[in-house]
Order: sequence, then structure tokens, then C-alpha cells
Amino acid sequence: MNPFPGSSFIVPIAFLVFAGSTAVGALIAVKSARVIRSVAGLALCSIGLAGLFYFLQSPFLALMEILIYIGAVCVTIIFAIMLAEPDEPVQGRKTPGAFLWTACAFLVSAVIFVGMSRLSEQKSWTPPATRLTDGSVKAIGISLLTTYSLAFELISLVLLIAILGALVIARSGRSKS
Amino acid sequence: MTFERLHEEPHAYLILAAMLLAVGIYGLIRRRTLIGMLIAGEIIFAAAALNFMAVNRFSAPDPTVGQVFVLFILGLAAAEVAITLSVIIAVYRNYRSVETHDLTELKE
Repeated sequence: MNPFPGSSFIVPIAFLVFAGSTAVGALIAVKSARVIRSVAGLALCSIGLAGLFYFLQSPFLALMEILIYIGAVCVTIIFAIMLAEPDEPVQGRKTPGAFLWTACAFLVSAVIFVGMSRLSEQKSWTPPATRLTDGSVKAIGISLLTTYSLAFELISLVLLIAILGALVIARSGRSKS
Repeated sequence: MTFERLHEEPHAYLILAAMLLAVGIYGLIRRRTLIGMLIAGEIIFAAAALNFMAVNRFSAPDPTVGQVFVLFILGLAAAEVAITLSVIIAVYRNYRSVETHDLTELKE
């Protein structure tokens, strides 16, 4: 029985869509002049990253990425944008050093990109001989509660202290005014 | 490296992670507001998470380790965002601005 024509291309095309939305979202997040658009770019980048996590055999992390990044981080940044006025300054204050600064930033990031790409291409990644676990949600839960229980507790403490510190810092200016 | 097996090539993920890191560093240098720099930092976190997951999938003997690490990275990123945004709001209350050009009190 013949398969549907082009059916072998569905999976790589889905991969390309997710990888492309990650890259385009990151570029929008960095290049856009209005901050609300760069938050939308960050959300697009997170959706693409969740799809890539799905391709890397971790649907649990794909769900967590969408929950935490889009549901918590992006929404919190949007709240801060509503409270402050964080748009990039308009072009009137453009100095001759701005172009040089952009070229410098582009050069640094291009060197990092080329260097790390070459580094990752030189090594061939060999798959391990045996897999100790299957990487399912059950295995993650077991390792969270046995091997990584201390780190798990510590990160809950870090989150608690971060919430308390955020409340204290954001509140301090209000009582004066 | 053929097109049909592209999603099983570790280099595709690693090069994408390198690109995310480069874009994040570019944004961190180039952005002139605190919230823009925070977003660029989040992209660097995403690059680290993608790198961890790619290495975890293709060469780690225990595939839960990378997932647990990326889960911790997500938690730390959330804590970092909470703290940073409260600092940004406090700065905005004092200076009425979040541009990095205006926050030069220590320099003057």
C-alpha cells in the first residue's frame, strides 16, 4: 500500500516551523522598537521552544515551557509595561556613536554564534550504550523526589524568597508618595 | 544530514541554541530600556535550556537529568523575572524612566 504522497515530510516540516518560530520570535524580541511587540516575540519564541522540546522527547517540558513562560513570565512583563513606559527612545537622540555601538554588538554576537556553531559541529555526538530510564514523567517524578530532592526544596525556597523580595521592593516607594 | 532526518540531528538544535545565545547577547548590549534587557536575558535562558535538552536527548545515559535541570532553569527564570520587574517598578517610581541613559546617578 502506497503511503500518502509527501507524508515523510510532515515531521521535518513541523520541526522547521517550530525552529523558525523560535528564531523569528527571538529576532522580533530583540529588534522591535516597541516593547509590547518584543514581549509578543518572546511568546512566539517560547511556543517554538516548546515544540522543539516535544521533538526532544519531553512533552512534560513542552507543557511547562508554555505554562511558565507564556502564562507567567510574559503576563508579568506585560503588567510591568502597563505600569512603566518602557518604549525605546525615539530616533531624535541618535548620536554618531549609536551606529558604532550597534556594529560592535553585532560583531560580538556574530563571533559567538560562529564560534559555538563550529564547536558543536566538530564533535560527533554518540548515543549512549544503555539508557538508565525512559525519561517519562514518572521517571522525572522519581528522580525529583530521590536524587534531586534537595535542589527541589531549595528552588521552592528561592521562589518563595523571590516573591517576598519582589513584594518588599515594589512596595517601598509607595508609602512615601 | 538529510532533510527528512533533520529533527534527529543534534547539530540542528545546537546551532539554533547558539543562535539564540547570540541574539540574546546582541539584545543585552543594544537595548536601551531595562525591560528590553530583561527580555534579552530570557532569550539567553532559553538558549541554555535548549542546549541542555539537546545534549540530554542525544548523549546522556539518563534522560531525566536534563529535564530536571531545565525545570530548575525555568523556575530560576521565573524568580528572576519577579525580582527584576519589582526593581524596574521601583526605579520607575523614583526616576519616572526606565531608560539606561537616565540611570546614571552613581556616575555623576
